[in-house]
Amino acid sequence: MARITLENLAHTYFDPSEGDVEWALRPLDLDWADGGAFALLGPSGCGKTTLLNIMSGLLRPTEGHILFDGRDVTDLSPEARNIAQVFQFPVVYDTMSVYDNIAFPLRNRGMPEAEIAPRVREIAELTELTPTLKQRASGLTADGKQKISLARGLVRPDVNLVMFDEPLTVIDPHLKWVLRSKLRELHQRVRTTMIYVTHDQTEALTFADQVVVMNAGQVVQIGTPVELFEQPQHTFVGHFIGSPGMNVLPVAIDNGRALFEGLPVEVANPVAASEGTIELGVRPEFVDFAPTGIPATITGVADAGRYRIVDTQSSGHRIKLLVDEGKPIPSDAVHLGFAPGQARLYRDGWLIGGAGR
Amino acid sequence: MNKTADNRAWFLVIPVVALVAFNALIPLMTVVNYSVQETFGDNTFFWSGVTWFEQVLRDPRFHGALGRQLFFTGTILLIEIPLGVAIALTMPRRGPWVSVCLVLMALPLLIPWNVVGAMWNIMALPDIGLLGHTLNSLGIDYNYTRQPVSAWVTLIAMDVWHWTSLVVLLAYAGLVSIPEAYYQAAKIDGARPWAVFRYIQLPKMKRVLTIAVLLRFMDSFMIYTEVSVLTGGGPGSSTTLLSIDLVKTALGQFDLGPAAATSIVYFLIVLAISWVFYTLMMRNEES
Repeated sequence: MARITLENLAHTYFDPSEGDVEWALRPLDLDWADGGAFALLGPSGCGKTTLLNIMSGLLRPTEGHILFDGRDVTDLSPEARNIAQVFQFPVVYDTMSVYDNIAFPLRNRGMPEAEIAPRVREIAELTELTPTLKQRASGLTADGKQKISLARGLVRPDVNLVMFDEPLTVIDPHLKWVLRSKLRELHQRVRTTMIYVTHDQTEALTFADQVVVMNAGQVVQIGTPVELFEQPQHTFVGHFIGSPGMNVLPVAIDNGRALFEGLPVEVANPVAASEGTIELGVRPEFVDFAPTGIPATITGVADAGRYRIVDTQSSGHRIKLLVDEGKPIPSDAVHLGFAPGQARLYRDGWLIGGAGR
Repeated sequence: MNKTADNRAWFLVIPVVALVAFNALIPLMTVVNYSVQETFGDNTFFWSGVTWFEQVLRDPRFHGALGRQLFFTGTILLIEIPLGVAIALTMPRRGPWVSVCLVLMALPLLIPWNVVGAMWNIMALPDIGLLGHTLNSLGIDYNYTRQPVSAWVTLIAMDVWHWTSLVVLLAYAGLVSIPEAYYQAAKIDGARPWAVFRYIQLPKMKRVLTIAVLLRFMDSFMIYTEVSVLTGGGPGSSTTLLSIDLVKTALGQFDLGPAAATSIVYFLIVLAISWVFYTLMMRNEES
């Protein structure tokens, strides 16, 4: 187990001496607390796999350092770092039995068989692989194989960090949540630092205590699932997390007041001057019909079970709101209001007065 | 969808039945015909039953040819399969050199078989051939037209040169199909190169290697052209493999009955060994 520190880490797949190159990972400082359950969330191509491969040692960062408990491991091999990684597609050694698969990392390190056996049995019990130990690994289903990868990761007693790279991609939907809660439960029991990489917000929010949201090679917000939902530090986070995502509307600033299409709106973080692009963000959960306010027309209603998603248009801008089941939806011309304290201003994407830059 | 039986559909398979009949069935039956009859020319035949088969199976000449054939095939398999895998392992997986390597590897396979025989024949000539002359000037007594050992060494070298590429290409195809994640996982699990080969690369290549062994077995067991051009079965009968022996019987001595019987026995041996190979390897795969 270890605390992982990333110091001014940056990476490019091009030659940085050629000047202006594209960075897969922009300079980044990050601390992963010992024993935490983290998720790395972001769209495809945002650099999360790059970051993962750098931490596991499969990739050497162009700049910066990685520290495990304060010890610099930047130049250490994956093996020497004592980490485990579960890949998107199950990796098992086909010709070996499930038992031999789990024992493989220990045998490679020259552990005596007498010590291996109890260790393998313990981990097999934890991952519910005990009944299949004698079977050939190639005969298992995809979720069984992912469990083997996971068990191979956990079997080393001194493993510093377990990383998951979108591990549920090839798992059947009905097994996904079983395996996901299993992972969560495993983490509670073994308390190893775990990092879960995914582009699926449900997976990230249910697994992790802390979610790191990435976009275009940089970290946009680190927070608990509740923080990400209630106080998105960047319009990207607001948009990416939540279903449907946050409404983002252009506003003008006039004497410290925020105006949307000429109408004043009350915001949680007013600013004095309009500098850069100012936008207003409000989640559909906090928009409601009101007697007066922003005039809008309803363009569509989608039933999502316990609530309905209502699509409206106001002066050419789309505003979504959620209406609880059973509540009436007025006919076309309506007025909208925002819940007090839940509409926030963003400058160039970043929350004004927030922890971001 | 319901399937309806319509016997007119049989007409559709007539072309392929006719084709197979003409290029396989009819020639094969002709051979069977010769193998159970005696002929004295002028198209008169007498039933002779299994006489020819008994004669062939007891003939020390046939035993000799079969033994040499088994030795040849066994030797080239033992050399070509490991060598092919070893070469495939050293080939680059990506980058500009991939196509260069592939073309170089494919070259020997593109050369007509009799040309391969002729090339090695000339190259191995003890007095003027590059190989033959070099060996002799190094003080090695080498003459493939007079010494059986020299002839065998040349024969095996020629086959290895000609056919190892096939094993390389098949093994390489198996290697490049292994996802990168396997190598990454192996690195993280601390696997040594030998373990990576033994537990990742070899199992993933198994299927293509099965095909490689089968193809090389069948082809080498039926080899004729290169040997015929290189040594013609000599010196003496030291490199007379089954096919060479068969041609000598059939076209040299015009013993049609024994030749036909030999052909059928030869065919059955190839079929039986291929079947055993295949079954063993597939059973291995399933368990």
